[in-house]
Amino acid sequence: MKRFLCFLFAVTMALPALAKEEVKYPGVNWPQDGMLGTYDRASLQRGYQVYKQVCSACHAMKQISYRNLSDLGYTEDQIKTLAAEVTVQDGPDDSGNMFDRPGRPSDHFKAPFANEKAARAANGGAYPKDLSLMVKAREGHADYVHALLIGFDDPPAGFKVPTGMYYNKYFEGHLIGMPSPLSADGLVSYADGTVATKDQMAKDVTEFLSWASEPELETRKKIGLQVLIFLGVFAVIMYFAKKQVWKGVKH
Amino acid sequence: MVGLHHSEFKNPVIRWIDTRLPIFTLMQAEYGKFPTPKNFNSLWNFGAFATVMLVVMIITGIFLAMNYDPNTSHAFDSVEHIMRDVNFGWLLRYLHSNGASMFFAVVYIHTFRGLYYGSYKAPRELLWILGMVIFLLLMATAFLGYTLPWGQMSFWGATVITNLFSAIPFVGKAIVTWLWGGFSVDNPTLNRFFAFHFLLPFVICAVVFLHVWALHMTGSNNPTGVEPKTAADTVPFHPYYTAKDFLGVVIFMMVYAAFTFYFPNILGHPDNYIEGNPMVTPAHIVPEWYFLPFYAILRAVTWTITIPFTSIVLIEAKLGGVLAMFGSIAVLFALPWLDRNPVRSCNYRPVYQKFMWALVVIWILLGMAGGHAPDDHVMIFGTDLGFTWVVIAQLGMLYYFVHFLVVVPYLSKHEKTLPLPESIDADVQAKIAAKIAAIKGGNA
Repeated sequence: MKRFLCFLFAVTMALPALAKEEVKYPGVNWPQDGMLGTYDRASLQRGYQVYKQVCSACHAMKQISYRNLSDLGYTEDQIKTLAAEVTVQDGPDDSGNMFDRPGRPSDHFKAPFANEKAARAANGGAYPKDLSLMVKAREGHADYVHALLIGFDDPPAGFKVPTGMYYNKYFEGHLIGMPSPLSADGLVSYADGTVATKDQMAKDVTEFLSWASEPELETRKKIGLQVLIFLGVFAVIMYFAKKQVWKGVKH
Repeated sequence: MVGLHHSEFKNPVIRWIDTRLPIFTLMQAEYGKFPTPKNFNSLWNFGAFATVMLVVMIITGIFLAMNYDPNTSHAFDSVEHIMRDVNFGWLLRYLHSNGASMFFAVVYIHTFRGLYYGSYKAPRELLWILGMVIFLLLMATAFLGYTLPWGQMSFWGATVITNLFSAIPFVGKAIVTWLWGGFSVDNPTLNRFFAFHFLLPFVICAVVFLHVWALHMTGSNNPTGVEPKTAADTVPFHPYYTAKDFLGVVIFMMVYAAFTFYFPNILGHPDNYIEGNPMVTPAHIVPEWYFLPFYAILRAVTWTITIPFTSIVLIEAKLGGVLAMFGSIAVLFALPWLDRNPVRSCNYRPVYQKFMWALVVIWILLGMAGGHAPDDHVMIFGTDLGFTWVVIAQLGMLYYFVHFLVVVPYLSKHEKTLPLPESIDADVQAKIAAKIAAIKGGNA
């Protein structure tokens, strides 16, 4: 067994030598990282503001409901107000007609386009992806999404960028159909008075999208620690119990 | 009272039941008194881990099935519904998805232990073969299960693997259509995959029962590979191995919990959080890590076999890959007859031991080859070695088959093995004596 473990250890140590080279993103210390990481509520609310005022013009978040915003620290009344800002089609009513009504907390985030075809038609053929799981669905996760948002730049000399495409340092192939969404400082005026630099907005909206991808993260990490402590103590007890049981046997 | 069992239990209720259905006597014999070699190392814990995983997977799976919708337009969203809206749904799902990885890790180590200590040899051939049947069923179940979340890797993985059957000459295309229930992977495919994913674990349970039954007929192998001879060689299963397995399971649970709570997606692919889309093919379609060595073998065959001096194709490259992949498992079924060396444990087979470790290294390299695109260049510390991963896969596959079809049968006859200990107890006594001598030597 010892030899087996040593062997496994040696192999694991040797593996990175053969690993693919990772793309380097500008490092961000995300508050949700680490054993007991939690989301930064103020940043989440700012990030939601960026999503609402900038991203949501093109990108849907179909997995998220307005009621989920309570995770961000909004009160029930605030959420009702936020939900009521959109108009939702409901029905049919008793006479069989569809009707419009203000949004409710139980509604999912309203999508900017009726369907993919409408979205493509309005965006020069490109389809703005749903952002509910964006952070989980990309290699590099939050670091990648943040890097992408600040990665719009002038292309290197000789690099041809066709019309309707944009150059991005971090996008695979460097040609992306989305123009820089956070093109200027102060694009959003934050309700809490934070200065809305491009990098600040990118960080905040990435924090918000991280939450959208993994709303269970805080509970998960908290329970995880409890489980590990419980099992750790249990293991020590079982170790001595096993020793006691085996005391009389030469093995 | 003809046919009633004479029960030795004192408790009247237990006695009443046991007289009519001697289940308590059976448990007492098989899990209480069952004589078990006293010299197991930790590798003998992994059978218990595998049993625990089977139970955990079935329990979490049933609760997931209550909230999952096997319809192509709802499957992906229903998984997100489980993750977000169902109470502790994220826990159920992460336990299940990481559980699959844990299950395979445990089964691989369990199988390695059988290989290394020669647990497949007479009289345990059938025990080994039943284990291989479980392994095949496990692979089928895992593949079907990975399809269900209907992410990009789910959809394209299902497409690639079902398409393998099209390599079968003449009837391949028809078989694939039959498997799909249509002309592409679509709603009928997902429906039947869900039904089979629910069914197969119970088939596994049945084969596990046979596997354990066979084990209890022959008794366990042990690190010396020498059968127990006297009572001094064994201990009763309870409390000795119940205590040891319990400790092992708690430690194993800590590893499982670390993945589930802190790295729940590290073993998965990010693309599977993108809803399956038949119109967009992912850049690299890769299976879960536990299938990578087999995937490498599948893709290693890049040549067609023709009738010599003609252009008539006998075996197309695709069929060759499929045959090689299934062949890599078939040789394991044949192993008890390929290796007839009477010495079981690699500890007493110095030459075969080295080949055994080489096999493990090759298996890991095959896994890495499976994770890379075949034409990716192999890099060490960022230096291009000038050849591609498909070469590694081909050499790995070559070693794998040479190992089982040439090295094993050859060493089976010609290896000069080390002398075996007189008995398990003699081996234990000798090791203790050596330890004491070493301590004394250290003090002197």
